[in-house]
Amino acid sequence: MNNGAPGVPLYGLMAEFTDPNDLVAAARRARDAGYKRMDAYTPFPIHELTEALGFRRTKLPLLVLAGGLLGCATGLFLQWFSTAVHYPLNVGGKPLASWPMYVPITFELTILFAALFAVFGMIGMNGLPMPYHPVFNAPRFALASRDLFFLCIEARDPLFELDKTGRFLASLGARAVSEVEE
Amino acid sequence: MSDTFDRPDAPPGPGRAPILEPGHTFASVTDKISSIVLRGRQPLFWLVGFFVAFLLAMGLLVSLGVLLLRGVGIWGINQPVAWGFDIINFVWWIGIGHAGTLISAILLLLRQQWRTSINRFAEAMTLFAVACAALYPVMHMGRPWLAYWLVPYPNSMSLWPQWRSPLVWDVFAISTYATVSALFWFVGLIPDLATLRDRARSKAAQIIYGMLALGWRGSALHWHRYETAYLLLAGLSTPLVISVHTVVSLDFAIGIIPGWHATIFPPYFVAGAIYAGFAMVLLLAIPLRKVYGLEGFITMRHLQNMAKILLATGLIVCYGYAMEAFFAWYSGNTYEASMLLNRLKGPYAPAYWSLLLCNLAAPQLLWLKRVRNSPLMLFLVSIVVSIGMWLERFVIIVTSLHRDFLPSSWGMYTPTFWDWSTFLGTIGLFLALLFLFIRFLPMISIFEMRTLVPEAKIKEEEA
Repeated sequence: MNNGAPGVPLYGLMAEFTDPNDLVAAARRARDAGYKRMDAYTPFPIHELTEALGFRRTKLPLLVLAGGLLGCATGLFLQWFSTAVHYPLNVGGKPLASWPMYVPITFELTILFAALFAVFGMIGMNGLPMPYHPVFNAPRFALASRDLFFLCIEARDPLFELDKTGRFLASLGARAVSEVEE
Repeated sequence: MSDTFDRPDAPPGPGRAPILEPGHTFASVTDKISSIVLRGRQPLFWLVGFFVAFLLAMGLLVSLGVLLLRGVGIWGINQPVAWGFDIINFVWWIGIGHAGTLISAILLLLRQQWRTSINRFAEAMTLFAVACAALYPVMHMGRPWLAYWLVPYPNSMSLWPQWRSPLVWDVFAISTYATVSALFWFVGLIPDLATLRDRARSKAAQIIYGMLALGWRGSALHWHRYETAYLLLAGLSTPLVISVHTVVSLDFAIGIIPGWHATIFPPYFVAGAIYAGFAMVLLLAIPLRKVYGLEGFITMRHLQNMAKILLATGLIVCYGYAMEAFFAWYSGNTYEASMLLNRLKGPYAPAYWSLLLCNLAAPQLLWLKRVRNSPLMLFLVSIVVSIGMWLERFVIIVTSLHRDFLPSSWGMYTPTFWDWSTFLGTIGLFLALLFLFIRFLPMISIFEMRTLVPEAKIKEEEA
C-alpha cells in the first residue's frame, strides 16, 4: 500500500481486479463482512454486481411514468384549450373538442416527455455531470473504462479502519490495493 | 429451434458465423475500436469519401441559397403536382432512418445480441437521415423563415396550428423522433466517451471527450440506473418509430386523392421504411467493415441476419403493392381504377415497372444462401432496393397527383436541375456527417462489445 500525503483526507481504499468474477465474489464477501459504503467501477454493466453490492431498485421508472403522464396531459390540454376555448372555430358543425384528432400529437408528446425524463433523470440521479471525483485519483483508474475492475470501500463506512480494511481487501484476491485521496 | 430466434447462446454451427470473432478480450475490443478514432490518420477511403461528400454538401448550400433567393419556382413542382422531389425525398430519407431505431430499440428488447456491433452507426445513420429529411418540408414551405409558425406558442396573431391536419402531426412526430433518437444515441455514447477520454493522448481530445462523457466513472450504481434508462428508452422508441412513418403515411392516406386514400398505408409505409433502412445499413456496413478491418465485429452472421430482415420486409412491401392494386379494382371506384391503369400504362409506367423490378423481383435473390453469404451481392441488392424505394415514393406521389379528377387540370411533372442538385446535396450532407462521425466517435459501441467477450459472463458460484 502506498501512503498518501499527510493532511489530505482519505476517500477510501480501492482494490483492483482483472476478472469480473473475482470482483463480484469480492463484493459479496465485503457485503457479508458488513461494509455498506462501497461502490464498484467496471468497464461494462454487470447485473450480478448490483445485487452483490445490495443496491435496491431504482426509482427511475416511476419518474419516467410521471414524465409520460405529464406529456400526455400537456398534449391533450394544449389541443383542447386552443381549439375549444381560446380560438373556437366552427367547421361544418363538427364538435370543437374532437379528441380523436388529438391522439397523434398527444402520443408524440407522451413519448417525448417520458424520454426526456428518462435521460435527464438518469443523468441527474447519477449526479452527472461531475468532472472531478476522488476515485479518478486511484492508480490505473483510467483502465476502469477498458479492462480493469475496481471495488472501493469508502472511508465514511462505519466499519472502515485503514489497516483492517486494507488487509481484508487484499485477502479477497485483489491484484493491488491503494489509498484514494479525497 | 435456435435458428428461428437467433439466440445469442446458440452455437455457431456449420455455415453460421459467430457474432464476435473468437479470441477477443476486453482490451483488444476496446483498443481496436477506439484506435480508429484516436490514431488520427484515416485511410485514403475516408479522405476521398469525405472530400466528395463535402463537395456535394456544398452543392446543397448553393441549391438552397438559390431556392431562398428565387423561391420554389426553381423546382419542377406545379399544379397539379405540388409535391415533387421535396416530398419524395422527405419520405425516402425519413424511411431510411427507421432501421437505426429498429436495430437499437426493437432488437434490444428482443435480446438479439447481434445488434450490438451495428447499432451505433445505424443510430448515427438515423440522425443524419432525419436531418436530411427535415430540410425538405421546411424548404418546401416557400417561406422557410416562417417555419416556426408550425410550433404552438402564444402569438400576437392569436392563431394556433391546425391540430386536425396530418401535416402538423408530422411536425410533432419528426421533431420527437429526432430528439429521442439523439438522446438515445448520446446515452449510448456516454461510457464510450469516457473510454476515449481515458485513452486519448492529446490534451484537447482529453478535454473534449472528458466534457462530453459528463464525468462517467463506471460506478456500479450508475450502471444500474443507466441500464434501466436505456431499456426504458428502447421501450419508448419502439412505438415511436412505428408512429413516425404512420404519421407520414397519414399525410397521404387522409387525403382523398386516388392512390393515397387507402387503409393499408400505415403498415405498408412502416414495412417499407424498415426495408429501405436495412438496405442502407448494409450499404454502409459492407464497405466500413472492409476498410476498417472490422470483419471480426461485423461478421457474416450480421450480414446474413440483415439480409433475412430485408427479405421479410420486402415481402410485406410486395403485399402492400398487391393490396393497393386489389383495392383499386375491388372498390369499383372509377377514379381508383383509372389511377391503377395509369400507373400500369400511363406516361410514368416505366417508373412503376422498374419499381416492381427493384422491390419485388430483386430481393427474391435473398432466398439463396449463396447470395446472403456474399457481401458483394448483398451490396448490389441493397443499392437496387434503395433505388426501388425511392421509385416507390415517386410513383405514389407523382402518378397520383398528375391526373386530377378533372381532365382539364391534368399535368405532367419533370424534375429540374435544382431538384436533382438538392437531392444529391442531401446525399452529400448525409455522407459527410457520417464520415465525420466515423472520424470523431466510436462507430461500434465499445462497452456493449465488451459484454460479448466470453470472460464477461459471470459464473454463479453457489447457485
